[in-house]
Amino acid sequence: MELKFTLNEVPRVVEISADTLLLDLLRSMKCYSVKRGCETGNCGLCTVFVDERPVLSCSTLAARVEGRSVVTLEGLREEAEEYGAYIADEGAEQCGFCNPGLMMNAIALYRENPEATDDEIKEYLAGNLCRCSGYEGQLRGIRSYLEFKKGEVRHE
Amino acid sequence: MLKFKQYYRVKSLEEAYELNQKKSNVVLGGMLWLKLQRRTVGGVIDLSDLGLDQIMETEEAFTIGAMVSLRDLEQHEGLRAYLGEALHESLRHIVGVQFRNVATVGGSIFGRFGFSDVLTLFLALDAKVKFYHAGEMPLSVYASAAPLDKELKNDILEAVILPKHVEAVAYRSVRNSETDFPVLTCCAAKVNGVYRVSVGARPMRAAYTADLTDMLKDGITPETAAAFGKWVSEQFATGSNVRASADYRKKMIAVLTKRNVMELAETEKAVHAQTAAVQTKGGQA
Ligand SMILES: Cc1cc2nc3c(=O)[nH]c(=O)nc-3n(C[C@H](O)[C@H](O)[C@H](O)COP(=O)(O)OP(=O)(O)OC[C@H]3O[C@@H](n4cnc5c(N)ncnc54)[C@H](O)[C@@H]3O)c2cc1C
Ligand code: FES
Ligand code: FES
Repeated sequence: MELKFTLNEVPRVVEISADTLLLDLLRSMKCYSVKRGCETGNCGLCTVFVDERPVLSCSTLAARVEGRSVVTLEGLREEAEEYGAYIADEGAEQCGFCNPGLMMNAIALYRENPEATDDEIKEYLAGNLCRCSGYEGQLRGIRSYLEFKKGEVRHE
Repeated sequence: MLKFKQYYRVKSLEEAYELNQKKSNVVLGGMLWLKLQRRTVGGVIDLSDLGLDQIMETEEAFTIGAMVSLRDLEQHEGLRAYLGEALHESLRHIVGVQFRNVATVGGSIFGRFGFSDVLTLFLALDAKVKFYHAGEMPLSVYASAAPLDKELKNDILEAVILPKHVEAVAYRSVRNSETDFPVLTCCAAKVNGVYRVSVGARPMRAAYTADLTDMLKDGITPETAAAFGKWVSEQFATGSNVRASADYRKKMIAVLTKRNVMELAETEKAVHAQTAAVQTKGGQA
């Protein structure tokens, strides 16, 4: 079947099978930031935005994004670089496999709740599992990133 | 992995219902649970274009469409104001935000999962379910039917209806680790003047009991709440699985119920204080 959607702001038309999952489609379209982790909805590694909301691409049917806008980390380069610097600064990234999913969700958190408290950060990111970091560095990194974004708004 | 050849994006409930009479087709909610199944089906029926992703509020009730995501449920301002922290508490442990953006109310209720926080919440609140063919029925009737007859199995769940009879509600669950399936879910509510308690993840499917004891009629104190919690724990069968033993669950039912009931007392006190303040103000004017 034919699928029309927008990927990182570029209109695309592709042929898919009825049961193609969004994760498989995006990787076949060279969006390698979208990682295949648990594939059971638990780890958050496959997070992408559909119409600006973070969703699990491993559990979303590709056919369902007809007419919608999908954004992967490839489409958020600037924000990802900014955020990545704070994560690196805190030594929060080890193998890095969880990082694209975490970045997508941290950016979603910032857009939804730029004033998030530590508890709110933890709750928002509870669906992003990391087997290396122990989460403390990530929490510090996100906190600093939110502080930096606040400063940016203040200086505008 | 769920495999299929046909994807039906239906334009009406009637079309969905007709397609669902075929054994080889399945209705899609968020697909999170379906996706884990290793099976091949003929086709999937997508309800996304039917406007079932809305929550409507009237004077009498909230009507929550089957395709409303758990995240939209959690964030709905009217429901948050009506149910307070219990709404958030019942949903926030379900995996993560990205998961709850995908999982639906319809899939959660239709599936009648033993571990379901969502079923536990709505059972205590005395919600109703509305099916395309079978019409409306109390959720308690749907939840306790065992097994589902063919008609209901092949029906389409349109909405969950929450009549505005809830006076207070409190929710608690136990998990071995954050975002895991619950070891026990427990909700207490005062609905139409009656205390109702639902317990799920026993590990059996959630069930409810109304207060038949009169223990709370002269007021909720730590002692009456504890006695009531113990009585409630005796009303439910529990079982053992990898997450916890039947005994542990029994003990926790009493503890969670006591805490929930104490919280209900706090809410009732706050409501009385508010009402008294409004009356005094009215009297002064
Ligand atoms: C890894 C994981 C962890 C989870 N943890 C929890 C948890 O801690 N607490 C909790 O409460 N839940 C939990 N769940 C369950 C989850 O919240 C959803 O309830 C579940 O995924 C079903 O919702 P869905 O929208 O994905 O439905 P689907 O998977 O799409 O559907 C489930 C069933 O309902 C049928 N169906 C769906 N919609 C309709 C409709 N409108 N009419 C008729 N039939 C319909 C489908 O055919 C299917 O049989 C978990 C699920 C997973 C996969
Ligand atoms: S790969 Fe999607 S949640 Fe793990
Ligand atoms: S850094 Fe290795 S999984 Fe997170």
